[in-house]
Parts: sequence; structure tokens; C-alpha cells
Amino acid sequence: MYLTKEEEKIMDGEQGEQYGKMMRILVKMGEIFKAERLIPIVSAQISGVSYRTIGDAGLHFLKSLRGVKVSVPATLNPIAFDSEHLKDLKVDKEFYGKQMEILNAYTDMGIKPTMTCTPYYFDNVPKFGEHIAWAESSAVIYANSIIGARTNREGSVSALASAIIGKTPEYGMHVDENRKATHLIDVNFEMGPEDYPLLGLHVGKEVNGIPYLRIIGNVDDFKLMGAAMAASGSISMYHVENFTPEFRHALGDNVERIIVERGDLEKYRGEEIEVELVAIGCPHVSSSELRKIAEFLKGKKKKKGVELWIFGARSTIEKNEDAVKIINDFGGKVMRDTCVVVSNAGKIYHRIGTNSGKAALYLRKERFGGAEVIVRDLFTLLRSVVE
Amino acid sequence: MILEGRVIYPGNVEGEVVKCNSPVVILGDIIPEKGIVEGCGEIRDKIFVFPRGAGSTVGSYTLYALKYYGTAPKAMIVQEAEPIVVAGAIIAEIPTVDGVDIEKIREGDKVIVRDGKVEIL
Repeated sequence: MYLTKEEEKIMDGEQGEQYGKMMRILVKMGEIFKAERLIPIVSAQISGVSYRTIGDAGLHFLKSLRGVKVSVPATLNPIAFDSEHLKDLKVDKEFYGKQMEILNAYTDMGIKPTMTCTPYYFDNVPKFGEHIAWAESSAVIYANSIIGARTNREGSVSALASAIIGKTPEYGMHVDENRKATHLIDVNFEMGPEDYPLLGLHVGKEVNGIPYLRIIGNVDDFKLMGAAMAASGSISMYHVENFTPEFRHALGDNVERIIVERGDLEKYRGEEIEVELVAIGCPHVSSSELRKIAEFLKGKKKKKGVELWIFGARSTIEKNEDAVKIINDFGGKVMRDTCVVVSNAGKIYHRIGTNSGKAALYLRKERFGGAEVIVRDLFTLLRSVVE
Repeated sequence: MILEGRVIYPGNVEGEVVKCNSPVVILGDIIPEKGIVEGCGEIRDKIFVFPRGAGSTVGSYTLYALKYYGTAPKAMIVQEAEPIVVAGAIIAEIPTVDGVDIEKIREGDKVIVRDGKVEIL
């Protein structure tokens, strides 16, 4: 890989060992993935923020970077709680303290405390064709597929290294010819509203590449589908015919065809149960999702014995105060800065309904509480919390 | 038999294989405090073989946590490394090789990992 004199000096530790280590991570990745050079990025999105997911080990690593600063605009993934809902989320003092230590370590580096997995709505909005280095797999797949920005599926650490150095190795999704479809997905049935996240989980398992889908839906449907795809596998981009910005040149001759039957999705849905919690907002809700929820709940009464938690970005919540008020008046809780996966929610509730395939995948795992989870569409879930 | 691969993080170790046949959701399947992988078994001081990492990009810290808790495998052998495994292996300093045809490695095999090569004993 070609490195400029300046890059070599940083790698050799001229700006300190911490910068040297960050540069070595980028260069090693560049060598492994056969990049010819490092290219400048316009932004970074940093994952690995919740104390629940990175733990003492992650905090230990971040402390080793004390004094280091980011060199491009960088935004932050959710933390483990909304500080206005500490009781609901069963956050004790020690946990709170550890989480704040992690948050401070990041903000000391100059990273904005946006605490959302959906920076692409308001906080950090890339344009078509821009090179970025994002972690948070659901944001990566959204940025590549729906916006047409260019990012590999960075790890927390490689995104942080890129934010600090301001560059990323040029390989993978940064190279146009690598953004073509590898698989053509034929869906053999009519998609219903709950099928998008389920299809995402299935395709993520089946495809290691870039799927091209001939389905119709809206941007919120595809957000849920993509997040599920990125969680169950390692997909960083998909194309949807007549919808995503790069679909026209995506299909070549060498694509593998995969047929999906309705039965393929069944195992991901979860059998009907009485849920204790309905969780919406994985990834964080869009303004349109928030407004749909409010419109549906307006004037209705919440059923006893089931909670409704909605997770969103501060920025999204602030721009939709009227909708938030309606949801709060109904008895639902709109939380910011956190989500159902990175908070304690999965340890508090054992029967959870969600419209997120990604949340279902994680919450069902022992480490996240091993809850029984059903995946249903938004309105089915909302009906289940209404008296 | 010697299998050729690429060095992700260098090291020279010998050990017993624990193999996952499906992609491993690094954050989720791996329980670092215990050094086990759900559905595959204990990886502490073993040679951990899997096709590729999957799931959340936080996974690099989970690999770092294996080191932090002293439950890390002696080495990792992956069919195809992706950024989460690469950065995780580097910060956790776990000898790691990729580009190896893992079909040829079986659970319980004794192997040596050295200079990007895997020797099955």
C-alpha cells in the first residue's frame, strides 16, 4: 500500500504511540483488503458506546487513548440508558458511573454525543458519493444502500481509528465496481408489512455479498430490512429495484439467484405470546414512524400489563414534540440516547414484541437476557397495547 | 497437511481446534467472561476456527474483552476476515490467520498456527 511521508511518520509514532497504533490498524486493514492508499473521509460514526455491550474491557481500551482527538466530524451510537428513565431501565449508581466514564472518554476525543444509531436523519447526514467511515451496521447499510454514500462495515475500533486519522483504506464499498449486486433475490410471495425485517434476517444468513431485491416498500420498511440483514450476516449494502440510488447499474451477468418462500421467514417470527413490552425504534424511529405511532394512539387508552417503549434520537424527538406528547399522554415512553438492545430492557422483560428483526436477533440471545421475542408489524404491535 | 493463509496478527502457537461451522455473531454468541461461544463451546486457550464474523460492529471490543478477562483463544483461524475481526484481533493481540480453507480443519484437530500457515498435526 502506498503511504505518504506524513502517514508514515504518524505510523512511526511521531504524534505519539496512540496515533501510531490507530494508523497501524488502518494500514493493516488496507494491506489485508488490498487497498492502494488511504483516502480522506468526511465523517465517522462510532459504535461501542453502551457499557452493557463494551463493558470494563471497552472502557479499559478507551482510557488507553486519553488525550487523542478526532480530526473529522464524528457522531456517537446510543448509550445504555436515557438519564430521564433510570428507574425504568433499572440503572444503578455504579452502572451509571461506568457509562458516563465511557461517554466522557468519547466526548473528550471531540466526538459529538448524539447517542443515536440513526445519525443519517439529522445529526450526520452524508451525501451521495461521499466517503465516510461508519460503524453501527444498520447505519452502514442505510448509508450505502439508501443514500449512496460509501462506507465499509467498520468495526467500532476501525471507525474510531478513521475518525482520529481522518482517513480510511480505499477498498470494498469505497470502490464503485465492488458495489454491484452479487445475488438476485426473488421473493415468491406478496410482502406484508411485517415481512421486511424477517426477509432481512433470512437474506443476511443466506447471502455474503450484495443482494438485489425486486420488492416494493417504503424507506422505513427498508431501514428495518437492512438493519436485520446487517445483524444476521455481514451485508453492508443492498439494492432495491426502482428504489435505491444505484440499482440501475447494479445487475451484471454473474449473479446467484436465491428464491425466498414465505415458509423461509416463519422461524424468525416467533410464536404468538402475550408480551410484557412492545419496543419500537431499532434502529431509532424516523419522524414519519414517530408521527404514525402518535396518530394511531391519539385518544386511545393503554392496556394494563404491557409497556410501550419507543426509542429515538434526541434530534428526532426534539423535532416532533407534539407526537411525543401524544405518546406520553397515552402512557407510552419515548426514550432517547438508548435502545432496547443496549439498555437493560432485555433483562427486565422476558416477553417482548418488536417490529425489528435486529432487536429480535439480539434479545433472543442469552447475553441480552434470552427473552421470547415476536416480530410483528408496527400496527399489530400498537393494537396489542391498546385497550 | 499445511494450509496457506494470511497473517492478520502474527504469532506462533499450537493448540486444539474448536470450530463453529456457521458465521459467529461476535457480540452475542461470544460470552467473554466465560470464554465460550454459544453453540460451539469453550474457546479459552484453544484454536478458534470459524467461517467469518457477523453482526454488530461492536464485536472488536468483545475480542478485546476475551484478552481482558484472560479467556482468549490461543489463535483464530477464519475463512474470511472482515474489519470487526481484523481490528479486534489487532487490539486484542490474538494471533489470527485468514484465507484458510476451514473445511479441511475438524473439531478437535491439533494444529500449529505460524506465519500465516496452519499445519494440521
